[in-house]
Amino acid sequence: MTNVLSKIKRTAIPAVVAAATSLGVSAPAMAEWSPKKPIELIIMAGAGGGADQIARLLQGLIEKKKLSPRPVIPINKPGGSGAEALRYIQDKEGDDHTILVTLNSFYTTPVIQQGIGVDVSNFTPIGRMAIDNFLLWVNSGRDDITDLDSYVAAVKAAGTGWKVGGTGTGQEDSILTAMMEKEFGYDVTYIPFPGGGTVAKNLVGNHVDSTVNNPAEQNEFFRAGETKPLVQFTAERLPAYPDVPTANELGVNMEYYMQRSINGPPGMSKEAQDWYINLFKTLFDSEEWQTFCTDDGLACDQWLAGDDLGAYHTQQIALHKELIESVGATAITGE
Amino acid sequence: MAVLLALCSIGLMFKSAELRIGWVPDRGPGSGAWPFWLSAGMLLCCLATIWRWFRGVTPESRNLEPYMPRETAMIVGISAGSIVFLLVITHLLGIYVALFLFLLFYLKFIGHHGWPLTISMMIGVPIFVFCLFEWALKIPLPKSITEPMFYPIYDLMYGV
Amino acid sequence: MEEILLHLAGGLTEAMQPLNFMMIVIGCALGLLIGAMPGLGSVNGVAILLPITFLVPPTSAIIFLAAIYYGAMYGGAISSITLGIPGASTAVATVFDGRPLAQAGQADRALTAAAVASFVGGTISVVLFTLFAPPLAAFALKFGPQEEFALMVLAFATFIGLGGDDIPKTVFSILIGLVLAAVGLDIISGQPRLIFGDIDGFLHGINFLVLAIGIYGIGEMLWTLETTQGEVVVHKVQVSVDRMKANFKDIKNYIMTTSLGSVLGYFVGTLPAAGATPASLMSYGLAKTFSKNPDSFGKGNVAGVAAPEAANNAASTGSMLPMITLGIPGSPTTAILLGGMIIWGLRPGPLLFSENPEFVWGLIGSLYIANFMTLVINLAFIPLFVKILTLPFTILAPIIYILCVVGGYAPTQTMHDVWLMLLFGVVGYLLRKLNYPVAPAVLAIVLGPLAERSLRQSLLASHGDMSVFVTRPISAVCIIIALLLVCYPMIQKFTRKGSRAVAAGQG
Repeated sequence: MTNVLSKIKRTAIPAVVAAATSLGVSAPAMAEWSPKKPIELIIMAGAGGGADQIARLLQGLIEKKKLSPRPVIPINKPGGSGAEALRYIQDKEGDDHTILVTLNSFYTTPVIQQGIGVDVSNFTPIGRMAIDNFLLWVNSGRDDITDLDSYVAAVKAAGTGWKVGGTGTGQEDSILTAMMEKEFGYDVTYIPFPGGGTVAKNLVGNHVDSTVNNPAEQNEFFRAGETKPLVQFTAERLPAYPDVPTANELGVNMEYYMQRSINGPPGMSKEAQDWYINLFKTLFDSEEWQTFCTDDGLACDQWLAGDDLGAYHTQQIALHKELIESVGATAITGE
Repeated sequence: MAVLLALCSIGLMFKSAELRIGWVPDRGPGSGAWPFWLSAGMLLCCLATIWRWFRGVTPESRNLEPYMPRETAMIVGISAGSIVFLLVITHLLGIYVALFLFLLFYLKFIGHHGWPLTISMMIGVPIFVFCLFEWALKIPLPKSITEPMFYPIYDLMYGV
Repeated sequence: MEEILLHLAGGLTEAMQPLNFMMIVIGCALGLLIGAMPGLGSVNGVAILLPITFLVPPTSAIIFLAAIYYGAMYGGAISSITLGIPGASTAVATVFDGRPLAQAGQADRALTAAAVASFVGGTISVVLFTLFAPPLAAFALKFGPQEEFALMVLAFATFIGLGGDDIPKTVFSILIGLVLAAVGLDIISGQPRLIFGDIDGFLHGINFLVLAIGIYGIGEMLWTLETTQGEVVVHKVQVSVDRMKANFKDIKNYIMTTSLGSVLGYFVGTLPAAGATPASLMSYGLAKTFSKNPDSFGKGNVAGVAAPEAANNAASTGSMLPMITLGIPGSPTTAILLGGMIIWGLRPGPLLFSENPEFVWGLIGSLYIANFMTLVINLAFIPLFVKILTLPFTILAPIIYILCVVGGYAPTQTMHDVWLMLLFGVVGYLLRKLNYPVAPAVLAIVLGPLAERSLRQSLLASHGDMSVFVTRPISAVCIIIALLLVCYPMIQKFTRKGSRAVAAGQG
């Protein structure tokens, strides 16, 4: 823990200095810097996933609205749960033409894979585009499970015979699964699949018993009556699921979100950072982006940028460290 | 060669053994098991090959010609070497300079083609690669230290 | 039935609208070009052109992307045949016989076979798609990890006999491919595995293309250099009307293989997670196993070009089924198409057919037309592609090397992969000199990750109980077929023993 604090201190000082110098500079500086070559938009996940969709939508919108004088080029670097992408960004220190679109492995991968030696708190925060939510799903055919209590009872009865599908050890849903195991004192078998869509399909096909999925991954099956959500891990009920209780309402203190943010490499110039903040703010406010958020069940009401996002990252890093320590890294990797 | 591959197999087995290679009760094989047992299989295959070689079963073991005659080694070596050269220059000076020099070397000194063809290829191929990858497909190729030289080209392509 | 035809008519009219038709023609041509570049496949084409489609309505956009997808599937065969480098993983099986045919001066014959087989494969699968989409979607849902693993066993079984006569060397080749496939992150435990020297580049694993381009691009060129001692070789191919006619008469020699390959490809393609590459490999393996003349495969048999080409096109149509009905990509390319659909505000899933019929049927209609257009474009350009082979070796060689280097770089955009490709090329060449078959390694690296993942998922689910593979009906059927396939050549060997002895005596 002291290690974390010292790291925060180390980064806090330059951040304060940067914030002080930036006062009143941002507007003219924006006009001064603009990209000189194509911008690499690194995606720390594979083609077709949530982060990839967001990156390609943003790229399309930038092109359609002619917001950048140079093209933005999405590049997938999914290796090692994002470790490869994080190392790549870290090595691009001081580069103004490389940015990263994240998911929560931005926080978890450096903690679980200590060996990669990446400290994401040094990265240059640009803007938070959205927050994604999680719900607990079972197949609609399970008539015996109607709420959280009957779910816990069913899992306890099945023991390790209960199969939870997920997108991979160390991913968001595996952390939530480990949190639930700890909270309710049961032990399940976690089976990783490539991608949230495949997880959802395996739930519909009854190859797994329950899943923790984003609304976007399950919504179509839910509308078709194939699956049903039991509980949502949010502060308040989502508008799309008004009848599904939150964990907090049921007296279980469990909230978990996934952020989608844009970040630059460590040491990106202040001028470039401001330019990108301005660019992504424009995109965030666009009608297309807000429609996409509504359709996909993402929360896009609060814009966080620059140092505010940096502070949010610091808080999230600490939270994930604590989470991983409390459930134990072995509970997540399973070996 | 089989001896060398057998050594590689043993190396792979050790590398795999960093992870759990055994059978985890109730969970199936551990994460290192798959590559470990496969490498073990590779080792067995190599041993079988060596044994067959001693017994002279395979045509290669009865072959008295040298594995690689000198001329062949020269030709293959120059070709492989020229690609190594291409990659090293790509690291140092970027791919476009590397392509230019590689074509000069290959066409002029190996192919003995005339200057008009060599020069037109030296200029034409990098331009074609640039147009296709950077412009049409938007895949940036490594430019290393020649990167700033491309800024004016981007100005032309996308406007200032 | 009547309803389907009515919908289809609507879809065809939709696809024939000027804007959509233009999209099909441009898409097919672009796809052909991208597919023909080694290292670039339909994934790149679709991903790069996705943003362009924001400017047109969703139906036109998906038609455009589907046309690129189709074109790229055809295009992959072009570089496999003319240059001997698989343009994409789906076209690797096409190299096995396409390359020898080109070297024998019959590139036009191979290209025609590839184009016709692709057309047949595409058409059969679109018809199947039109008629049986909903029941197949339900069937795909029954496919869990156990069934996937059984399917992989079946795929491996079809390769028996692909290697040479030296069994230890063939097995070694398969195993090294499987080990190379294990490099990267272990999907089950999330731990890095076989990361040699802590190099970042290994974290994303060893891309199939790196091995394939290395072995077939660099390795093949070095091999050619050795056999010709650097002499200039010109493959004389004249293209004439008579030859074209002969090429079309040729069709009857492979139409059966092609039709079987198409149906197989379509079914494999509809299964999520499988995709076009295993389909084309299985189709090739089956064509060889059941051929009257299996020894001619790998030495220039036209059916060996037609079988994988029919299957990969059929599978690419097939993989659109889980994408549309389940929202699950059956291949990397459909993963990006799926992303595109979501971006356009369409929600793929069980309700898409009923809620957006004009979109779905417009897409199906466009598949019929795209298929036909690519055939026309492809046949028209065959004389041009054949010309490439008449270039002197000292011009062709550097061009191929450059294509390999750039093609090795493009998929992951790291120099690490290019070095690795060169290494595989040289090692592959050295091993080939010692009579190690290289094809099994390439096949193994494609199927290895799928096989390992589904095996371990199944065992996790069953708590280490191996019997699940035979107690579940679908997987049991797959495994029984696999066993029969393994036994089939042995039975054949016994029955043919007499004739083989004679042949050996002559050889």
